[in-house]
Amino acid sequence: MSSEDPLFDYTLRLGDSCIVLAQRISEWVGHAPILEEDIGIANIALDLVGQGRLWLDLAGEIEGQGRDADALAYHRDAGAYRNHLLTEQPNGDFGQTIMRQFLFDAWYLPLLKGLSQSNDSRVAAIAEKAAKEASYHHARHTDLVISLGDGTEESHDRMQAALDVLWPYTGEMLTADKIDGTLCEAGTAPDLAGIEQVWNDHVSKTLTAATLTQPESNFMQSGGKAGRHSEHLGFLLAEMQFLQRAYPDAVW
Amino acid sequence: MYAQMVKTDTTSVKTREEMSAEERAFQDRVDADIKIEAKDWMPENYRKTLIRQISQHAHSEIVGQLPEANWLTRAPTLERKAILLAKIQDEAGHGLYLYCAAETLGVSRDELTEQLLTGKAKYSSIFNYPTLTWADVGTIGWLVDGAAIMNQVPLQRCSFGPYSRAMIRVCKEESFHQRQGYDALMKMCLKGTAAQKAMCQDAFNRWWWPSLMMFGPPDKESVHSAQSMAWKIKLNSNDELRQKFVDQTVPQAEYLGLEIPDPNLSWNEERGHYDFGEIDWSELFSVVRGDGPCNRERLAARRKAWDDGAWFREGLMAHAEKKSARKDTQKNAA
Ligand SMILES: [Fe+2]
Ligand SMILES: [Fe+2]
Repeated sequence: MSSEDPLFDYTLRLGDSCIVLAQRISEWVGHAPILEEDIGIANIALDLVGQGRLWLDLAGEIEGQGRDADALAYHRDAGAYRNHLLTEQPNGDFGQTIMRQFLFDAWYLPLLKGLSQSNDSRVAAIAEKAAKEASYHHARHTDLVISLGDGTEESHDRMQAALDVLWPYTGEMLTADKIDGTLCEAGTAPDLAGIEQVWNDHVSKTLTAATLTQPESNFMQSGGKAGRHSEHLGFLLAEMQFLQRAYPDAVW
Repeated sequence: MYAQMVKTDTTSVKTREEMSAEERAFQDRVDADIKIEAKDWMPENYRKTLIRQISQHAHSEIVGQLPEANWLTRAPTLERKAILLAKIQDEAGHGLYLYCAAETLGVSRDELTEQLLTGKAKYSSIFNYPTLTWADVGTIGWLVDGAAIMNQVPLQRCSFGPYSRAMIRVCKEESFHQRQGYDALMKMCLKGTAAQKAMCQDAFNRWWWPSLMMFGPPDKESVHSAQSMAWKIKLNSNDELRQKFVDQTVPQAEYLGLEIPDPNLSWNEERGHYDFGEIDWSELFSVVRGDGPCNRERLAARRKAWDDGAWFREGLMAHAEKKSARKDTQKNAA
């Protein structure tokens, strides 16, 4: 196996998305609107770091060059990252952060359920474990989107604004490229068309309950899965990788 | 400590003759190590002092998230990031149980938060120091959580039931934090590069004295201790705990190969304890007054979190009200 293996890129996408998202929400710890949210957001970041490590360790194993999760997380530059653009978007206000989590979970949970049926037992095992955590995240963020959307006028407007900002970053997760196609045919990954259906159902039902309006624009950003990122990722990685870069011989 | 210099509103401890019958019965229960529960009769000053002490402790856990969270996004490995996330999450959890313990005494979490944000309530002086390098994170686990344990283990036996039970839960997690902090330093000091060792020594130099100050002013100046000790909400004197901390920590520092930043530190065979140099008490008083390196930043960060989060809390509340109103309409229609 090697980095030519489509599963290498595929597991990087999953691992990088988890790590980048965890990095983003860690910024809230100690600064959330209420103590329960400090705890909640730290807990989710912790789950995502754990899942990210599993996916990246597997990616390293597939690549076969002796790189583990840390080597991959800390020693690749933005162009080698394969996370979805949604995950690297700035936090905005707390509502925007919650909306980003919701849109992500709505894709990630059904995907994990599909991956737990993968014919690659390593993928299936990670997906099964991750799905348990992700279903809690999914329920929590769905509830929060409904409560805040159907809360006060201000909370409604903030959630609508968050949805409008983030909407163009949702298409990439749901649109299959060559790697998705190959792995689907091989029985390693589920068909994204099915995931898209589940995503659409859940998102539209939730937005209705939240009294929010699904944006009409069909314009979607893409590129993250191929390593073409927004300007934000470089700063995020500069911060995350600082110690490993500044002290190359150190052990931590 | 996490609760330093807690005022008791009393000038001296009452003698049995000076006590009312109720006060005497209360003191007898305390002396017999029977836990006081929230619903039990208690002297008003006991209640007030406990609210101060427990809320100071809770506020310390909350503000204490900030210096460590400063390194969350820069943790050097994914495992260290996970450990730090879990630790900070535990600290916020401690804050939550402590606020609940305080609430049993008839004060709301919102009122306590208000007191923190207006600067009326204090939190531990230690969290007003900056975390400048990654080594500070390990050093905080080792020294700050270590000093907290020193104080909180005896508080598991304190007279107030809800506080003592909170301490039992909290202490288990604090000792875990201390081991993890020390473990991070072991890796850096014993297996790391010269630059990493220098980073650890620098962190130790900066945190050593402030850690000793966590135990509060010297006993001879600790005016509120006698009453708190009679009530068994303070079980050891400041100097006693500080000495115990020094005695425990010096060999740990030596094992790491770190030099204690105190030229007067030496083993005293006769006392069976380490002697150590004079603490700069003016620094402690100035930090407690609000003039430490990070007091203003810490409070500003907590205020910003609270103010920016107002719409979020109001949104959730409004939704909960709508939901229960809808339920009522459904019930009435049925
Ligand atoms: Fe704590
Ligand atoms: Fe702790």
